[in-house]
Formats: sequence, C-alpha cells, structure tokens
Amino acid sequence: MVAAAPLIDVEHLNVRFGRQHVLRDITLSVPRGQTLAIIGESGCGKTVLLKTIIGLIPPTSGRIVFDGRPLADLPEREISDLRTRFGFVFQNAALFDSLTVSENILFPLKQHDRGQPAEHERAMVGLLTEVGLPKTVLSKRPAELSGGMRKRVGLARALIMRPEVVLYDEPTTGLDPIMTDVINELMIRTRERYEVTSVIVTHDMTTARKVADRVVMLYPLGRLASDESQILYDGPPEGLDKSKDRRVTQFVRGEAGDRMTELSEQGEE
Amino acid sequence: MSTGAPSRTVPRGTFARLQNSIADVGELTLQVVGGLGDITLFAWRMLAWLFTRLPRRDTLVANMYTIGVQSLPVVAVIGTFTGMVLAVQSYNQFRAFGLETQLGGVIDKSMFRELGPVLAATMLAGRVGSAMAAELGTMRVTEQIDALSAMGANPVQYLVVPRFLSCLLLIPSLTVMAMFMGVAGGYFYCVSIIGIDSHHYLTNARRVVENWDLFYGIVKSFFFGASIGIISCYRGFNCQPGAEGVGRAATTSFVYSFVIIIILDLLLSIMLDQIYMAIWDTGPTLFGR
Repeated sequence: MVAAAPLIDVEHLNVRFGRQHVLRDITLSVPRGQTLAIIGESGCGKTVLLKTIIGLIPPTSGRIVFDGRPLADLPEREISDLRTRFGFVFQNAALFDSLTVSENILFPLKQHDRGQPAEHERAMVGLLTEVGLPKTVLSKRPAELSGGMRKRVGLARALIMRPEVVLYDEPTTGLDPIMTDVINELMIRTRERYEVTSVIVTHDMTTARKVADRVVMLYPLGRLASDESQILYDGPPEGLDKSKDRRVTQFVRGEAGDRMTELSEQGEE
Repeated sequence: MSTGAPSRTVPRGTFARLQNSIADVGELTLQVVGGLGDITLFAWRMLAWLFTRLPRRDTLVANMYTIGVQSLPVVAVIGTFTGMVLAVQSYNQFRAFGLETQLGGVIDKSMFRELGPVLAATMLAGRVGSAMAAELGTMRVTEQIDALSAMGANPVQYLVVPRFLSCLLLIPSLTVMAMFMGVAGGYFYCVSIIGIDSHHYLTNARRVVENWDLFYGIVKSFFFGASIGIISCYRGFNCQPGAEGVGRAATTSFVYSFVIIIILDLLLSIMLDQIYMAIWDTGPTLFGR
C-alpha cells in the first residue's frame, strides 16, 4: 500500500517570542484525510503550532510546507489565497461582534467574491442545518448566542469555503458534556462528508480518543531537558495508555502526580 | 532546562549604578526608535493598501457614520461654547481699550486658525480615537483579527484603511463645522448678550479674517485626522492581552494623539506662516526674504 502524500509538513520548526522559546525542532507530517489531535498541558505551544501552520505566526526557524509549497516562499497575496483552503475554528469562535450570524458565516465568500448571492444563501442554510442551528439565529449578533451556538456558527463559517483542511483550536473548551459530544460528532461528520484533513488542538481526552486517527503530545519546553524531543508521543489514540513515558500516562489519566510538589517549589521561589 | 529571562543583578558602587543608568537609557532609546519604526511600517502598509484596493463601500459608510455623523452633536457643542468662552475672556481686555467691536476679528481668526482645529481634533481623539483603539484592541484580544487573516482577508485593508479614510475625510469636515459654530457662538455672545453693534462687529471681522485663515485650519485638520487614524489603529492592533491591555490601548491612543496634535500644530503653524509670507511677501521668513 502506498502511503498518502503529506498535505502539511512541519520541518524542524522553532518559534520564539523574544527570549521565550515555545516550540523547539518540531517535525511532523499530516497526510491528506487524517485527523490529528495535538494534546498537551496549557502553555506547551499547541495553539502556537496551529497558528504557525496557517502562517498567522511566523516561524523563527524551520518551515511549513503545504501541499508541496513552503509558506515562507509565497508572496502575501498567494498566502491569502492559500488560506481559503483552510478553515479555522477558534477557541472562543472569534465571531465578528459587529456582524450578524449570517454576515459572519458569509464573510469569507464575500471577501473572496465567490459565487452568487443565491448560492451563498443555499450554502449558508445547508451548513446551518448541518451544525444543528435554527434559521432564527441568522439575524442575531454573536453576543446573543450561547457558547455552544457560537462554536457551531464558527464551524459553519470555517466550512463555507469548502476547505481541504480544518484547524480546530480547543473546540470543546468551556462546553457542557452534551455539547462537547455534539461538537465531537460534528467534527467526525465534517471529516466524513467533506473528506477534510483535520488538526485538533485539545486537552480534552474524550475528544482526542473519539475523533482523532493520530495523537501528538507536546510538552512545555521549560520542563524538558535540552536534548529531549518536545513531542512526547506520536501515534494512535489507543496507544496513549500504553506509553512508557510517565508524563504521557499522567496527562492522559489527568493525574497531578509530582506536579503539586513542583508548583509548591515554584511558589516558594 | 530553564527558558526564563536571565535575572538582572543589582550592581553595587557608583560606576555600576552609572553603567545601569546608561543601560536603561539605551533600552528606552531602543524602545522609542523601535516603536517609531513599527508605526512607520504600519502606516506604510496601510498606505500601500489604500492605493492598491479601496475598502468596500458598506464598510466605509459604516465607519464614516460612526466617526462623522455620531460626532456631530458633540463637536457642535464644543465649537459653540469655545467661541462664546473666547468672547467672555477677551471682552474685558478689549473694552479697556475701547476695542469691543474688534472682538469679531479676534474670535473668528482664533477659531479658524487655532482653536477650531486643535479643540475639534483633541475632542475627536478622545471620542473617536479611543473608541477605535478599544474596538480593535478587543478584536485582537478575542482573536477576531487572527480570524480575519485565517480567512484570507487582510486585517489592515479591512479594518485600518476604512477607519483611516473616515478620519482623514471627516475630521476636517467636523473641524469646519466646529469653526463656524465657534464663530456663531462668539457672535451670539458679543451681539445678543453683551450688545456690541452687529454692523461694526461683522465689518471688523471681515476686514481681519481671510480665506487663508480657513485654509490654514483645514490643512491642519487633515494632518490631525490622519494622525488620529494611524495612532489609534496602531495602538488597537498592538493591544496587550486582557481587559487591562484594551484599556491601556484606548488611553495611550488618546495621549499619543494629543501629543502629536500639539507638536504638529506648532510645526504646521510655522510652515503655513512661512508659506504665507513667501507667497504674499508680507515680511521676513525664517529663511530670509
């Protein structure tokens, strides 16, 4: 069997903010059609990695290659066009406050002058049904919606351009267990219906296990030896519990372990 | 491995303290120069978009409505009362010399050349500039600016260009209104309340005030409008995280705009006076005749 060609290649990626080193020598490939979950503690650089993949944060060194084209070599206009092949679901949905729900969903289409208004309307209503929202929300402002509704509007906006890749940043954070499962099901349905490649940043193990084909676990650089890889685990979700690295099993089981002692020591310093 | 910032040791002795002071000055200089470079690049990117692709009409109209139309009442009130206060403050001095009828010229010239543009710009830096910085800052903090980029839109083109254009075109318009409201306010106080003869008041005003004075104020207001637009958008775009960051962006945008308005006011006054003298040959310029 021939392995699927990688759609996203992250090669020796380093990201620094001033003196703070966030990502160190990250190398990974995401084949077309795969659903990758990136897990890890808060502050380990998961969201930074996601934003670097789409070019929102420039790498300090290393490169991102999308569909065989290094992002760094592309002019700004081409990067803008390339981003239409991505959908990004933000942690708090990042809907535009000043626009209504329908204006938010249609924003990418209007921005890139794609299709006719009648087609826009059809696509929007279709997506709204898919994410389980009534038509009555279309005229509302984001501030009038609940957290779960905002996330679903964010998903509809991410899908309106029929992207090849969907990036999810903490899609289930702050939601109740039922709404969390609704979002998980929507991510699975999106992958099946549109055959998209997905990268999900999460620390919700239920989401990682249920939705992902592959899990990558990052670890904060501040607590890592200089010769250790920042990727502690890279494999199927089923293998997480069998990992020999105690830091992985500890995270997966949600055990504080010696972290309490570490935090107390930091507090004393 | 530790990635924390290296802690700065406290130096001992006079030489070490001096060394530390020099380092602080150096750090501050770097920050100021870096900041100036950053805002220049920001303005350059904005100008490049301005000439490449104009904003959508609906976005521009919405911004013009917020910046221009919604500022009308407050600018009108400020202009009117400035003219009246100017009349109150000048009346006693002019009366002592029997020159009350000259008040019209003084009030109108002051409103056109100085008070109209500066007070309108200061007020708009507070009302419009701070609001723009807070709005863009909130968008930065809630990842709405990242969302724009992620959807292939350019945030500078979508958010900054329409705000800059609205400031550039509408702040001069509001300034002209403030000037004429001030002129009207001064006239009302002098003629209707103090009882100065209307004919003499107007004749003296017409004799003293020239078209150049109106032009003088309008030129200043274009520069003030552009500065408010760029500084406010820049502060909003570079907002620090959290509610404190948004508050700081709004405050600093007003403070920086105000400082720039005052500095520009001096420089533009000198420049415009020199141009006037050079064109109409009314006296020696800074650079000789």
